[in-house]
Amino acid sequence: MFKKFSPAGGLSPARAAYLAEQQRLGLLVRLCQVGLLIFFVAGWEISARLGLIDSFIMSSPARVLRTLTNLRENGLMLHVGITTFETLVGFGLGALLGNLLAFILWWSRFLARVAAPYLVVLNALPKIALGPVIIVWVGAGMQAIIVMALAISLIVTVLEMLGGFVSTDRELIKMAETFGAGRLQTFVKIIYPSNLHTLFSSLKVNIGLSLVGVIAGEFLVSRAGLGYLIVYGGQVFQMDLVMTSVLLLALLAALLYGGVVLLERVVMKALSQS
Amino acid sequence: MREVLRLEDVSLTYQAENGEVHALESISFSAGKGELIALVGPSGCGKSTLLSIIAGLEPPTSGKVYLNGAPLRGVSNQVGYMLQKDNLLGWRTIRANVLLGLEIRGMMTSGNIAYADELLESYGLAQFADKYPAQLSGGMRQRAALIRTLAIRPDLLLLDEAFSALDYQTRLAVTDDVFRILKSMGKTAIMVTHDIPEGISMAERVIVISHRPGRVKSVHSVDLAAATPLERRSNPAFAGYFNTIWKELDVHV
Repeated sequence: MFKKFSPAGGLSPARAAYLAEQQRLGLLVRLCQVGLLIFFVAGWEISARLGLIDSFIMSSPARVLRTLTNLRENGLMLHVGITTFETLVGFGLGALLGNLLAFILWWSRFLARVAAPYLVVLNALPKIALGPVIIVWVGAGMQAIIVMALAISLIVTVLEMLGGFVSTDRELIKMAETFGAGRLQTFVKIIYPSNLHTLFSSLKVNIGLSLVGVIAGEFLVSRAGLGYLIVYGGQVFQMDLVMTSVLLLALLAALLYGGVVLLERVVMKALSQS
Repeated sequence: MREVLRLEDVSLTYQAENGEVHALESISFSAGKGELIALVGPSGCGKSTLLSIIAGLEPPTSGKVYLNGAPLRGVSNQVGYMLQKDNLLGWRTIRANVLLGLEIRGMMTSGNIAYADELLESYGLAQFADKYPAQLSGGMRQRAALIRTLAIRPDLLLLDEAFSALDYQTRLAVTDDVFRILKSMGKTAIMVTHDIPEGISMAERVIVISHRPGRVKSVHSVDLAAATPLERRSNPAFAGYFNTIWKELDVHV
């Protein structure tokens, strides 16, 4: 695309210099990122080996690796699987219900006005405080964890989607109305598709929030999952297990977020909205 | 000349937070088949509201609107509306955008789809049918918006500041373009504009609407024997019309 601005037969020297500079800068950033990681891991390991830190309390990369290789006996993958499952179910339900509620509130301006203060309060309330209530209501088990994940992402979704719906370009809506579009048609053909960006920005926030809900839930009730391993490891003073679980959790969070970004790219590309 | 549109004593009063607004008062005029009428007036005189009434988007407080002799009830298949922006949907191809009106109205018959394709073909957009709006120039996008409106085969077109979002050069070209298309199809059109020269260059009649409440202040028949808006602009009599209408508008700064 940039080529057409350069003289025939190649880039101008200034352009080539600019591109080289950009490439050099990009490389430097990547190098620093990797360097920082190596520095941190190596520093951690060396400090542990030299006895600068107590590896019983702080663990060490080698011990984390050993814990990881003992996957089979401590069933780490099963725990990762359970946490992933709970997160995805809670996230999916939160997105679905959130969109549905946002649609209902968009449909009825009256209902939206009535609900407004409640939504504000519910949004501000730390949902984790509801943990004990949820456990009593739905039972101590996976269902409670999923409900936690759902509760934490639901209200944000409703608020974001509703905000997107009501601020849809009035001109687009009027255009549809001049063709005689009813409210449902306007929603399906204009409002929802023009809010796909809103949807994905809320999904990106929610995947992280759902994970927070799941870990908090696992802290409270579970017998499996990364949150359980972290609490369990802490209680029996197995810091290797805690550190390994936390690192796995960071990896899982990154992968889940990456999944949403990928989904966004696929959907937007299919609709040529990128 | 067969009468397509007739307004009889159309008035509109609406309730706003800080009181009652008399937007339009006793507006009467009619438009014959193939005629192009421009409504000009100061901003806030209710000329766009008048178009909304003719489009059936909102009922007048009193008065009657007749379309092809029958009283208007709600949004009608016989009326097409063009807004300031092209309002093409970014996630639809040009062809899918053009078919939107038919889709909303449940008129997706093979005959109507073929007609829309024919319009794309005759107005030079066929090779862009599978492109997305962002890939087209402003002028082409406006033409696609016009085809979307024409695809429902309206007898009457309403142009609501339809060219004002375009830059000046594109605007002159698109005005010419739209004028030619409307004339070749013999469509009746009512255009709202704040641009007096644009009104004079396109319309057979220019109706000046007064400031709130909007009333018909004067009607000017434009008699410029020229084929296109651009040619009209170079007619020596053009300036005369401009001066008369400018004085009528009574603009104070």
